[in-house]
Amino acid sequence: MELQFDALVVGSGLAGLRAALEIPEGFKVGLVSKVFPTRSHSGAAQGGIGAALSNEEPDSWEWHMFDTVKGGDYLTDQDAAETLAMDAARAVYELEHMGVPFNRTAEGRIAQRAFGGHTRNFGEGPVKRSCYAADRTGRVVLDTLFGKALEKGIHIFSEVYMIDLIIEKGHAAGIVTYDLATGALHTVKAKAVLIATGGFGRVYKTNSNCFSNTGDGVYLCYRNGVPLEDMEFVQFHPTGIYPLGVLVSEAARGEGGVLKNGLGFRFMPDYAPTLKDLAPRDVVSRAIDTEIRQGRGVNGKDYVHLDLTGLGADKIEEKLSDISSFARIYLGLDSATQPIPVTPTCHYMMGGIPTDLNGRVLGKNGTPIPGLYAAGEAACVSVHGANRLGTNSLLDLVVFGRRAGMAIAQDEKSLHFSDVSRDVVKELTSKINAIKRSKGPKPANLRARMRQIMTDCCSVFRNNDDMVKGLEEIRSIKEQYRSVSIDNKAEKFNTDLLDAIELESLLGLAETILVSAIVRTESRGAHYREDYPERDDHNWLKHTMVTAGADGLEISFKPVKITKFEPKARTF
Amino acid sequence: MKITLRVFRFDPSVDEAPYYRNYSVEAEPYERVLDCLNKIKWEQDGTLAYRMSCAHGVCGSDAMKINGRCALACQKLVRDCEADLILVEPLPTFTILKDLIVDLNPFFDKVNFIHPFLFAGTPPKKERLQSPEERKKMGESIRCILCACCTAACPVVNENDKFLGPAPLVQAFRRIFDSRDTQKVERLDQLNVDDGVWACLNHFECTRVCPKEIPVTKYINTMKREIKKMLGPSQE
Repeated sequence: MELQFDALVVGSGLAGLRAALEIPEGFKVGLVSKVFPTRSHSGAAQGGIGAALSNEEPDSWEWHMFDTVKGGDYLTDQDAAETLAMDAARAVYELEHMGVPFNRTAEGRIAQRAFGGHTRNFGEGPVKRSCYAADRTGRVVLDTLFGKALEKGIHIFSEVYMIDLIIEKGHAAGIVTYDLATGALHTVKAKAVLIATGGFGRVYKTNSNCFSNTGDGVYLCYRNGVPLEDMEFVQFHPTGIYPLGVLVSEAARGEGGVLKNGLGFRFMPDYAPTLKDLAPRDVVSRAIDTEIRQGRGVNGKDYVHLDLTGLGADKIEEKLSDISSFARIYLGLDSATQPIPVTPTCHYMMGGIPTDLNGRVLGKNGTPIPGLYAAGEAACVSVHGANRLGTNSLLDLVVFGRRAGMAIAQDEKSLHFSDVSRDVVKELTSKINAIKRSKGPKPANLRARMRQIMTDCCSVFRNNDDMVKGLEEIRSIKEQYRSVSIDNKAEKFNTDLLDAIELESLLGLAETILVSAIVRTESRGAHYREDYPERDDHNWLKHTMVTAGADGLEISFKPVKITKFEPKARTF
Repeated sequence: MKITLRVFRFDPSVDEAPYYRNYSVEAEPYERVLDCLNKIKWEQDGTLAYRMSCAHGVCGSDAMKINGRCALACQKLVRDCEADLILVEPLPTFTILKDLIVDLNPFFDKVNFIHPFLFAGTPPKKERLQSPEERKKMGESIRCILCACCTAACPVVNENDKFLGPAPLVQAFRRIFDSRDTQKVERLDQLNVDDGVWACLNHFECTRVCPKEIPVTKYINTMKREIKKMLGPSQE
């Protein structure tokens, strides 16, 4: 590939594509992705994108902002929530203008449906805010933005992996790429690097994430001294198909589906009397795991039922056809007449690379690192706080992806190319050769153990003792990883090698999740501590920052931005 | 249960000819063929090359030939493969780069050729209006994940690499029947050539293999009729 770009975007999901589209003509933009762009995991998003369009019933952006803050258990930075909610309608209209085939109302407007945690009038009851295209909203938005990128003629490099990030004298200088097809390493210089590499749900055993979601960009920032924010906040989506973890969108409940335990009892009204099955995800996941722990799983197993049988075959076909095909293909059941077995599945990382409202990555002292930007699940604005609401992810990607692209243009004068002082390609060649020569453990074994440990000690319920023990084990695996070995010594399409390299990212990030989760001795949003079951605003209304220091991981804190909504008890 | 996967292996830069290798794996009936390939790669032979990502049929990475039929490895379950020997081969038609990985660049070039984006004038302040009936005309075409199963399975594509092929035609269908698109005539005109819609001979292989159950052949025939209607009967 070419070796110099004004701006390099890493990751071709919605955040990366939207950012790349925003960077003006005149900038030479390169888009690097380890998969072909339309394979990106944004395409797996099902339920919709949130915006108070009021197409189906009255709605307002203030209600949306409030829901985002309360859904995030008041850890959400309120300036970010305001930006998100205020910009939502524009962002959705823009997607429609670009060609997204949204479902429509009888009047021809964008159709909307109810979704978890989205309410009218500051929590009175569910509101139809999710703009959707059947149950494949992410898919069609991804197709649409990719089409726009083709139309704009953006240079796209598929199956090219960012193996290192280069920061010189505090300024982003470029990346090192590993070409999957050939095994070649290249130093690619850039004035601006935008990290949009997505999440890292693959640190957990049961998850809804694709195999590519290994958090490479987040880890490389961390390895380069960037602090990571709120890493303990890991979202478990309530309804992963048992036992595969494949996602069933909240849209299934938005359209009228209900959860039932092994006794056939609809349990969500006991946990969330107002929103019931449409409470935020952390609340519903805890309710499901509580039912299972108290022996009310279905047939004594670790799952409950998602019952769509009241919806009728026509509604399922029109609005939830992918979900019904998942149930048919993977479980051999007809969701119109039989309930779907579901259990919480790791879905989304609220934490990540800290940025300002314009995608500028914030370094250790809280000021931007020139030339380094981040957007999407890799970033932590923080707009989702301690728990993200459904439909706010796609919105985050296009709102903050666009803003990051705009920021690169605004910062143009202060950005510059840097000389790369180290021979990074030589360093990485030695590292790869060492992995190829090693006789140590295989990545798959280490990875399987890591996933099991993280699932056992740091899922929906957590406590100090289990996490401390888990952290020791993760550190022992990190130690064993130093001599990781692979079977495949070849150059071309060596995914064995890629597995080994990605595992370094996953292990590093698993450690940051545990360290942050052990420190936070309260329960908030998705972080629920059995030993500290209450939210503690007096001590913990602050963001956790974890930095790779010379003597190990360092923890610091950052205040939460509170503007319109003072923290209140969080009931649904 | 114990099953055998007979897997196509070929590294053109090393091997003189392709060969098959048998792998025995322990698999549950509910597991996917992709899970079996992963067990091979992770536990037995890390040299095996194939693409994968989402593992539940939405990204389109792991298209390959399974027991002679183009399919997604993540959508084919062990219990759906009748015999206890599963034959796994790369997609036909395309150049093999390594093992189960083929060169899809010619495929994507043809998708790009049909302009897979909306042509439309200055938009209103809010959304463009589109009735539910108009929206429905795009049908299942929006389900396409560009996995290339249909194109690889097409007997015409196999003999004539100039034929646009089923997937690019589905992409064209999506835009032609989008009431918001202003280039319907130009788009139909682009397909009104020997290697466009008219190369399709109704073998229906595309429809049979499509993992997203898109009625591909029907859509191609719909476009043929639309061309006749718009450009006059003499155009066939």
